[in-house]
Amino acid sequence: MQRFINNPDEVVEDTVKGFVKAHADIVRLASNPRVIAARHAPVGGKVGVITGGGSGHEPAFIGYTGRNMLDAVAVGELFSSPTAKSFLDAAREANGGKGVVCLYGNYAGDNMNVKMAIKLAAKEDIEIATVVANDDVCSAGPDEREKRRGVAGEIFMWKCAGALAAEGAGLEAVQAVAQRAIDNCRSIGVGLGPCTLPAVGHPNFLIEPGTMEVGIGHHGEPGVRVEPLKPAAEIARDMVKIVLDDHGLAAGTEVAVLVSGLGATPVNELYILNDTIEQEITGRGLTIHKTYIGNYFTSLEMVGATLTVMALDAELKRLLDVDVDCPARL
Amino acid sequence: MQQFENASAGDIVLSLADRIIENRAYLSEIDGKIGDGDHGVNMAKGFGMAADRIRGNDMSLATAFDTLGTVLMTEIGGSMGPLYGVMFTQFAETIEKSSSIDARTFSAMLSNGLDGIQSIGSAKVGDKTLLDTLVPAIQAFDAANASGKPFPEALDALVVAAEKGRDSTRDLVAKIGRASRLGERSVGVLDAGATSCALILKALALGAKQKLLISATAGR
Repeated sequence: MQRFINNPDEVVEDTVKGFVKAHADIVRLASNPRVIAARHAPVGGKVGVITGGGSGHEPAFIGYTGRNMLDAVAVGELFSSPTAKSFLDAAREANGGKGVVCLYGNYAGDNMNVKMAIKLAAKEDIEIATVVANDDVCSAGPDEREKRRGVAGEIFMWKCAGALAAEGAGLEAVQAVAQRAIDNCRSIGVGLGPCTLPAVGHPNFLIEPGTMEVGIGHHGEPGVRVEPLKPAAEIARDMVKIVLDDHGLAAGTEVAVLVSGLGATPVNELYILNDTIEQEITGRGLTIHKTYIGNYFTSLEMVGATLTVMALDAELKRLLDVDVDCPARL
Repeated sequence: MQQFENASAGDIVLSLADRIIENRAYLSEIDGKIGDGDHGVNMAKGFGMAADRIRGNDMSLATAFDTLGTVLMTEIGGSMGPLYGVMFTQFAETIEKSSSIDARTFSAMLSNGLDGIQSIGSAKVGDKTLLDTLVPAIQAFDAANASGKPFPEALDALVVAAEKGRDSTRDLVAKIGRASRLGERSVGVLDAGATSCALILKALALGAKQKLLISATAGR
């Protein structure tokens, strides 16, 4: 393994330590070392906005902690849900007395740990409302949307909810806007090369050289098809087609576009993809309000990219445009 | 009356932790075929931490279960942390007021553990999860009791059914958790959770049998 690690069992500890040192102006380590909190949190009278998830997706989840974004984040092992206690402690760090929204991705472990954290928080009179992201189109059919995984659309969900909470909205309103934001998102991933958990030492799924996996998940969950690697323009066309066929947006709809690398893809290739993505989206009569390109939500050193398209209405557009101050560039 | 003392029986949980730690690499290997490959690592970490807190402290079985459940829930995360965490915590709550444990108490303990798992997870038997081990094991234990079999024989029946249940997961399609994304491709591989559950139940049954033997000898 050609990796910058010390002890493979302490990758998360070491990541968090370095992260907090780099961004001490914005974030702090909570008393639970598996919780990152914004320096300003909690804000009295503000709805707390939290998330949590496995590590290995940096800058997600911790990098989105900050002003007008997330108040606290529960940190899990690599690709593994944080504990119920960490979700609870994140809620405590974020609780300004008006309740907390936990906005997380649809994975079995996260669902269970959040569920238990809600029970524990209720004993302390902290109300936790949840929204579960399910924007990954290829993870289940349109008739089973509740089974779909949450991926990079979560960033748009956090940004809209974080901005509304900062304006002083109540718990129900923040939860509702987060739900609408994620309902308006569709994502797809394409994998060109696998990733390896350092403690395991070898990839636990393979993508044969010369092939690609369309619809791959953030942990290497298999996609809908494996096919020979094609030119970027053709891949981009497929990605847009899969996302927009599922979305069914009326011509004239304004959208936000996010193209994220999965960890080991050069950023220039994301721009190559976006050249066609932009053409395809506008070619369908949609208007692109804003495009984000970069490593926003990664999967260790997986080679590949994801595309997320969010349909905007007036409120979501306004909230998306609110300035944020968090370690990740937004 | 076949029963064993709750007090000082916490060492059963140590033997359970030993089995999990011994199987660290094996559990990760089978998990790696259809999951992340971290099941053995996470389980060994949690059970090892709990064993460190139990060892040398002369705990009751209830206290040792509570220690293990709490460690899994607060330190491990993932899916297995809450699932096994709630199971062992429920075990502890069921037996904490019993000075001795007979077959009826043991059965109630297992059932409450199962209820705890089902209260947070959404899996059913046949979904290729630890329930495919746990549910038939409890049924076999209860059936043996109902037919008048002695406690140790009921424990043997529990182990046989647990291992049969574990083996049944080889032919199942995963319906839940990360392996479920594989669909038909998950067939042919044991479920890691079902496998660790069989290890846990076997160690628990052997530990209980040993305690029964000791109390029978002492009472003679």
